[in-house]
Amino acid sequence: MPPRITSVRHLRQFQRVMAEALFRPLSASDGLQAKWSDGRPTASVAAEFVKPNSRLSSVERLEIYARSYWFRVLDCLYDDYPGVRAILGNNRFMKLATAFLAQFPSESYSLRNLGSRLPKFILDQPAFSAPRTLLVADMARFEWAQVVAFDGEALPLLTPDDILDAGAKLRVGLQPYLTVMECSYPVDEFALALKKRDAALRGEASNALTAMPSGHTAARPRLPRAKRICVAIHRQENVLFFKRLEPEACAILTALRVGRTLSAACATALRDSNPAIDWSARVREWFQTWQALGWFCRRSSRGRT
Amino acid sequence: MPANPFNNHTDYGIGIGLRVPHYRHILEKKPVVDWFEIISENFMVDGGRPLEILDKILEQYRVVQHGVSMYFGSADKPSREHLKQLKTLVRRTKTPWLSDHLCWGSVDGRYTHDLLPMPYTFAVAKHTAAKIREVRDFVEVPVCVENVSSYAEFHQSEMTEWEFLSEVVEMADCGILLDVNNIYVSSKNHSFDPYDYLNNVPHDRVGQIHIAGHKKYKKYILDTHDHPVLDPVWQLYAHAIKLCGHTATLLEWDDRIPSFDEVHNEALKATRFLGEATSPAGKAEAVAA
Repeated sequence: MPPRITSVRHLRQFQRVMAEALFRPLSASDGLQAKWSDGRPTASVAAEFVKPNSRLSSVERLEIYARSYWFRVLDCLYDDYPGVRAILGNNRFMKLATAFLAQFPSESYSLRNLGSRLPKFILDQPAFSAPRTLLVADMARFEWAQVVAFDGEALPLLTPDDILDAGAKLRVGLQPYLTVMECSYPVDEFALALKKRDAALRGEASNALTAMPSGHTAARPRLPRAKRICVAIHRQENVLFFKRLEPEACAILTALRVGRTLSAACATALRDSNPAIDWSARVREWFQTWQALGWFCRRSSRGRT
Repeated sequence: MPANPFNNHTDYGIGIGLRVPHYRHILEKKPVVDWFEIISENFMVDGGRPLEILDKILEQYRVVQHGVSMYFGSADKPSREHLKQLKTLVRRTKTPWLSDHLCWGSVDGRYTHDLLPMPYTFAVAKHTAAKIREVRDFVEVPVCVENVSSYAEFHQSEMTEWEFLSEVVEMADCGILLDVNNIYVSSKNHSFDPYDYLNNVPHDRVGQIHIAGHKKYKKYILDTHDHPVLDPVWQLYAHAIKLCGHTATLLEWDDRIPSFDEVHNEALKATRFLGEATSPAGKAEAVAA
């Protein structure tokens, strides 16, 4: 810690030390850890830059900020991942969230993006969610997709002219707010069951939408059994929806998402499909539905859509 | 008080913060509100419901942007992507000015999402002022910087907070968003006289005032924005208005948010002091001060 701050370099050194105090997970008693990362007493590090006053020591003043940081970021994940929380239970969820945030502090000015890497972290660190890692990871992907659907970009819809101009080489974009995913568990059903449970609890307790009733033991809906599903998470008139998809439909949309042409996407998706089914009629019907839902757009010049 | 780029918005009276629990009430009842302050970051998104709500509000009301993550005091340079998104929103809202905090909150690209106090040194003031100018030049609207509430002071500081604020705004040639609740909270946490603070900032640069509630703990006061404004803060506000003249004023209520009417009625209590500022007696008193 520089004793005087006379340059931006000194300022950065100062800020690195204070940030380290904040980013380190709190102790069991929600305070700063007793030892600094290099083994020194945290109290002596704090005393190098934080003035004590008649009521609080240096480390106690620093602790106010550390607690505030952790309560804020944990609260954010708590709100964004209610399904993951319900599967793991509050204690295990908090351990997962703390470990995640310790490894991946926010790199965005917006808290909106804080949990974007949680689904991958769950798979990379299965000990935090075992033995239900696949279920928890599916739920995390599903819940992150809802964040994207809530405020993701909507690009101009594909017009008949776009289609006619491109001909057989047509590459359609999918709206950035739309996520198409395959899951090992029916997490959409579990999410809906949770919503119903929470709505029922609110109805019994009060009219306040934000008030969680005290004294109620909220029974968790039964955890889903493994079953492969395909689901699209999207929005219509700024309201979130989930839509189950057939596996072949999911494969077509996934291929379109990575930039395949329309014909290539269909060929790939239907390569091993049941020849007894009239796929051309079914694909036509899917495309009519997807077009009506506004999922198709021009491919963005910024990258994949 | 003569009009200048920072305090000439005398047609802006009392506003309140636009908050999610009030959306439905505002859009359905269309209450008479002078202006709304929005948290810029809540609307710096690519689409969806936040922007739909904002556009509906903009059809009916004047909106002023208030940011929480520009971190003028961070050693890092402003993020280009952040600035671009902010400018896009500025064009959408046509905000007459833009405010953010005199604080730091990120380092090496990692964000604390907090408003952290700064070491008050001349080098830091110079660096901070340069960043404020850079942001103002990019977004092309006047910028006001807000004093934060704080719970820590640093050995490295070379001046008081109000001297630092004055130094920064003079060097940056920017306005001040004077948060009188934050002055009160910090004065109790750091044992200084809040009137010394108020009396010694450049009053002609005060473009907006914030008022809010706070919570007292045994050893410190926390700036919680979850209560009505307390009497000592109203007294400070009255003094600030005498010193600064009529100034756009906003009530912040961000947690345990009550009904729209309760928040609005609390904000409108400021009318009495704003009225006194524009009365002949109030003007004479301000000149004497």
